[in-house]
Amino acid sequence: MKKIIISGLLVFISVVNVWAGDETPTVLTNKDAIALVQTHADYVWTLVAAALVFFMQAGFAMVEAGFTRAKNAINIMMKNLMDFSMGSLAFWAVGFGLMFGVSKTGWFGTSGFFLSDFSPGGDPWVLAFWMFQVVFAATAATIVSGAMAERTRFSGYLIYSVVVSALIYPIFGSWAWGSLYKGSGWLENLGFIDFAGSTVVHSVGGWAALAGAIVLGPRLGKYTKDGKVKPILGHNITLAALGVFILWLGWFGFNPGSTTAANKDIAMIFVNTNLAAAAGAVLAMFTSWIKFGKPEVGMSLNGALAGLVAITSPCATVTPLSAVIIGAIAGVIVVLSVLFFDKIRVDDPVGAISVHGVCGAWGTLAAGIFNMGGTNLKIIGVQVLGIGACFLWVFPTAFVMFKVIQMTIGLRVSPEEELEGLDFTEHGGNAYPDFEVSHAGGMGTVPSALATSEAIVGKMVRRQVEQT
Amino acid sequence: MNKIEAIIKPFKLDDVKDALNKIGVTGMTISEVKGFGRQRGHKEIYRGAEYQVDFVPKIRIDVVVDSSLSSQVVDAISESAHTGKIGDGKIFVLPVGEAVRIRTGESGEHAI
Repeated sequence: MKKIIISGLLVFISVVNVWAGDETPTVLTNKDAIALVQTHADYVWTLVAAALVFFMQAGFAMVEAGFTRAKNAINIMMKNLMDFSMGSLAFWAVGFGLMFGVSKTGWFGTSGFFLSDFSPGGDPWVLAFWMFQVVFAATAATIVSGAMAERTRFSGYLIYSVVVSALIYPIFGSWAWGSLYKGSGWLENLGFIDFAGSTVVHSVGGWAALAGAIVLGPRLGKYTKDGKVKPILGHNITLAALGVFILWLGWFGFNPGSTTAANKDIAMIFVNTNLAAAAGAVLAMFTSWIKFGKPEVGMSLNGALAGLVAITSPCATVTPLSAVIIGAIAGVIVVLSVLFFDKIRVDDPVGAISVHGVCGAWGTLAAGIFNMGGTNLKIIGVQVLGIGACFLWVFPTAFVMFKVIQMTIGLRVSPEEELEGLDFTEHGGNAYPDFEVSHAGGMGTVPSALATSEAIVGKMVRRQVEQT
Repeated sequence: MNKIEAIIKPFKLDDVKDALNKIGVTGMTISEVKGFGRQRGHKEIYRGAEYQVDFVPKIRIDVVVDSSLSSQVVDAISESAHTGKIGDGKIFVLPVGEAVRIRTGESGEHAI
């Protein structure tokens, strides 16, 4: 009985509502509300993607820690923590405005500093967009940390973090992406394709890393006088692998998130991202297997990252089959590139220059070659122009910056500090206080640093001077 | 009193410990060490660069026993740590000048 009364009341109430003047809604009368749902979805997707890209910072930290020695683990954590934190502040204050502000010349922006485009109560889209862009800037900044690991003065690195996020990254970024907000870039106006930043983010980081590694010089003991490479073993391959998986996950925000819109395009971008990573890992593994006789984990991990970097530019404008090819070629390139930089005695502990610089360039070129809409010399030419413009802006600027730091506060720690480990000398700490950090296993036939340290330091100082 | 120092292959530790327990050895100290004799090491590869690892991980067992037990201990370790392959390790016997049990202050034979 009660049920009948209640349902009767409900029917009565709804009939009264309709009768009271609410017309049946149509798509037309509801179009504002529908558009608002889409806008909300855009916000949600962009910010979820931004959070995924933020998590890549953890990935970078783990990769770098895993591929370097235990005595420098705190230093690696501090550099990664700070290039994100100081970079965020620098990008908020200066970088975002330079990259996305109103650009009269097409070479840099001049508005939007300190997030001045936002005022409370105003349209918050600039905040979502800024959030997405700051994690990209931070990605470019943290790439350099790996190439400069184990011998960089922390204060020098802090200065680099500010300069790259405030100036070097955003200015090139404005050329390629300025119109995504209020700016306009000369490079994008020529039709340059770089959807999620193989060049804007990864090559910028890679060439800055190259400049840093060159100015710094190699780690003590890495290269012998007769040109042999003495590996300096990473202390935790499982951490390195975890880092790569985290980066792979974060890339699902990096690439598809660059739509900054919730629509069906993200599906193909997801697939392309994954296929390129997989192809890169597999081909790098096979390349290392053929060259060294065994499938090597460091190269395979770098291969996955190489595929991810390479697909970052073309991810929205190539077919999945092309993505496989692009990633596969990146996997081969990265192995050869790592060997090449060791041969010319540029010491890169994690392969950042090869993964981000070289494969970023390859990916940008591939975006022209494999363009879904068809390709021609002009399209490829603009891609090459962008690759070149990036190198010509980033490498000299970063080189000069590192040189200035070197000549003022110093860029590299002393040989004694480098041998002792930056955890203690730069940060007064010990990442693994419960563990006896072993030196004998890590350096193969190089004598343990604990023994006759003065003689060794003396020899090494002389050797370092000879190498520079 | 004698101290028997044995360098053995790490996976042999349990066998050696059981063998020592069987002959009545009541305590031992182990440490993780690296070393080589005529075994030398092997080549490994890291990010495309080859390197020689000479020092091979080993376990070092230190046991202090009454001199009368000494040769039994050596035999027990020798048998249980043996594989016949290169790198089985070595045993050294050293005389001990003094021994003290920290808890009670006992010394000499009563301490081991």
